[in-house]
Amino acid sequence: MIMATAITTDPMLPQPYSVREVAKETPDTFTLRLEPENAVNKSMFQPGQFSMLWVFGVGELPISISGDPALQDRLLYTVRSVGQATHALVNRGVGDGVGVRGPFGTGWPLEAARGRDVIVVAGGIGLAPLRPLIYQVLRNRKDYGRLVILYGGRSPRDLLYRKELAAWARHRETQVLVTVDYGGLNWRGHVGVVTTLFKYSRLQPARSVAMICGPEIMMRFVTRELETLGLSRDDIYLSMERNMKCAVGFCGHCQYGPHFICKDGPVFRYPQIRNLLEKYEL
Amino acid sequence: METLERIIAEHPFFAGLDDSFVNLMVSCASNLRFKAGSYILREGDTANTFYLVREGKVAIEIRAPQRKPIIVSTLSVGEILGWSWLLSPFEWKFDARAADDVRAIALDGKCLRTKCEENHDLGYEVLKRFARIMEERLEATRLQLLDLYAVK
Amino acid sequence: MAQPSEHILGADQMGKLIEALVRKGYEVIGPTLRDGAIVYDKVESVGDLPAGWTDEQDPGRYRLKRRDDDALFGYAVGPQSWKKYLHPAEVRLWSAERQGGTFRILNNEAKPERPHAFLGSRACELAAIAVQDRVLLEDKYRDPIYDQRRQGAFIIAVQCTQAAATCFCASMGTGPQVSAGFDLVLTELLGSKGHRFVVATGSDRGAEILAELEVVPATEKDRQEAGARVEAAAHQQVRSLDTTGIKELLYQNFEHPRWDNVASRCLTCANCTMVCPTCFCTSVEDVTDITGDHAERWRRWDSCFTQSFSYIHGGSVRTSAKARYRQWMTHKLASWIDQFGSSGCVGCGRCITWCPVGIDITEEVRAIREGGKNGNP
Repeated sequence: MIMATAITTDPMLPQPYSVREVAKETPDTFTLRLEPENAVNKSMFQPGQFSMLWVFGVGELPISISGDPALQDRLLYTVRSVGQATHALVNRGVGDGVGVRGPFGTGWPLEAARGRDVIVVAGGIGLAPLRPLIYQVLRNRKDYGRLVILYGGRSPRDLLYRKELAAWARHRETQVLVTVDYGGLNWRGHVGVVTTLFKYSRLQPARSVAMICGPEIMMRFVTRELETLGLSRDDIYLSMERNMKCAVGFCGHCQYGPHFICKDGPVFRYPQIRNLLEKYEL
Repeated sequence: METLERIIAEHPFFAGLDDSFVNLMVSCASNLRFKAGSYILREGDTANTFYLVREGKVAIEIRAPQRKPIIVSTLSVGEILGWSWLLSPFEWKFDARAADDVRAIALDGKCLRTKCEENHDLGYEVLKRFARIMEERLEATRLQLLDLYAVK
Repeated sequence: MAQPSEHILGADQMGKLIEALVRKGYEVIGPTLRDGAIVYDKVESVGDLPAGWTDEQDPGRYRLKRRDDDALFGYAVGPQSWKKYLHPAEVRLWSAERQGGTFRILNNEAKPERPHAFLGSRACELAAIAVQDRVLLEDKYRDPIYDQRRQGAFIIAVQCTQAAATCFCASMGTGPQVSAGFDLVLTELLGSKGHRFVVATGSDRGAEILAELEVVPATEKDRQEAGARVEAAAHQQVRSLDTTGIKELLYQNFEHPRWDNVASRCLTCANCTMVCPTCFCTSVEDVTDITGDHAERWRRWDSCFTQSFSYIHGGSVRTSAKARYRQWMTHKLASWIDQFGSSGCVGCGRCITWCPVGIDITEEVRAIREGGKNGNP
């Protein structure tokens, strides 16, 4: 069978992995830790890439990898249960099998970010594909400038990785700001959309590279805000999403303008998609 | 330790306004502290003051029967709190509570609006600045309304 | 590249050609008459070919008509293309069986099938195969199913000696002259010198097959007659698509009112994508048997005209007919260039013929091009 890259097996066949842990992040979101049944296979990926996860007899879904790229014996996926297939996935128990194809797609531009301030802007479950990037930056701290994490969620109980957010804030030269759309009863933090956090962040536009992931509307407004603040368009990266079936550029479903999100994305440099973001029903 | 003068003079809101006028504002300004949980302004009260937040977080709230107040948004360092002093009936429409310990500069809104009535050029400049604040808040509120992270 | 030397093959040798291919292990696929159309299917003898039949095509209209001669290839194109065999409409990708909590993939080798011999490939169809080669073999990944079928396929091309009213390959630069990508190429001649074919080889295996047939060298007159007939086919074309700056034209006219106009006619029936020889979109479906212990993944043709094609959680991105028609046409004529370095359209005209409401892609392009800045449809 044809190899796509040296580190993957046939990209068209699911590899058997086993669920080792299911961690509840929020009432409807779970992080699955998968390990390959054949322990010899290393599970390597670039932050920002995704896999196609297959539940026997149910179906296959594209899910971003949300774990630490330095740990090559496992793959973590943060999944929100929104329909039949995701429901089946999050209800896998420890020891159950999940088929994994991939990794696929383009990753966050870690090379371009070297020596510069890294601005991570996440909305909702968009923090999941950014987490591997954060791990990478913190693991190689001296290779990067300041790290600013701006995260917006729906409400306090919908926030992902709360303990880690607090831990990340304690790193040197690292600022973490979190906000929610709906504060609820006991929330003492910011209330408002994630774009309102910019004014509290100590951002130096000329030195910064921004990586954004979240609902498309949120990404459009965040990008606009970053441009207003003075970031160059070339220093802004977004992770896009469309319907995906094959993940290898053959089924045609994930096309976004001329781009195949499975091959040319999901991470795009802003100028690549700038004129597409405004188009309705593209 | 920043002085009141410097904070006000350097704040974007006051940039470009007549020096004599800025000095007047400074002379009527005072440093205030609000302990976490205390109210800075309350719905229904007369609005004659506005605030520039120096430290801490302010929650804009609405009281509702049978439940704790609902926070619609928070403001923090560098932001201006309150514009109801500028437009009749000069009454606060929401509560603003210190979500943590807050330090803020209180500015004389009544004085400023009187001066705006006398000097329409000044009035236009002040309204422009508030229009900008309202535009930002409205845009942010609209995005908040979209409930973008909800499952459809 | 050396000019392939041409020979004359009598029409009575066609049966021998088919037999020679069968002897070499090919399953011969060619034009047959069925359901009021000329469709590609298994050909076992010359009798299966549509001798003496031609097609009349117009927007939304296809009729077979009797010719006044016995030409075997005296028609343009039917509703299908060789895509049916190279990129099948339904194929099983793999199957798996449950083993306790995990699973095992079975049958992941592409099943060996008898290779196909495509008898009667037009220039537009060869161009379409080349376009699909680029998509399915030459980009980031290789499709093993297409690969296996493509490598095995023996191609007997046929020069077009007439054009249908819906043909516009000349303006797309893809025909009617066949120039490359074949094992054998035939030009059918009828007349006083008898029913015969000018034949040339395009590969070693083509030469091997030809060696088993009785041929005589073609004369200069034969060659000229063949060339003239192909030229006549080009001149006969009444439709054309101006591809000048077409990428920018479509990219920049995303909001052109013409899209509303075509949307009011388009039924989103997806016929165009089914008959188009370059459309490649598929979907996958996972099925299990009743015990739940055996699962299969099937791949089927899909179409960007369906509502669910662009579905992500929350809804489809392209809900309106306008958005879907625009997506198809923009992809075919513009985005394809950015993606694969050529147009996705080969000018075969099938989409025009088989559209139930007769939407003509050449006319849509013209309307967008000629509609002014204020966007007169």
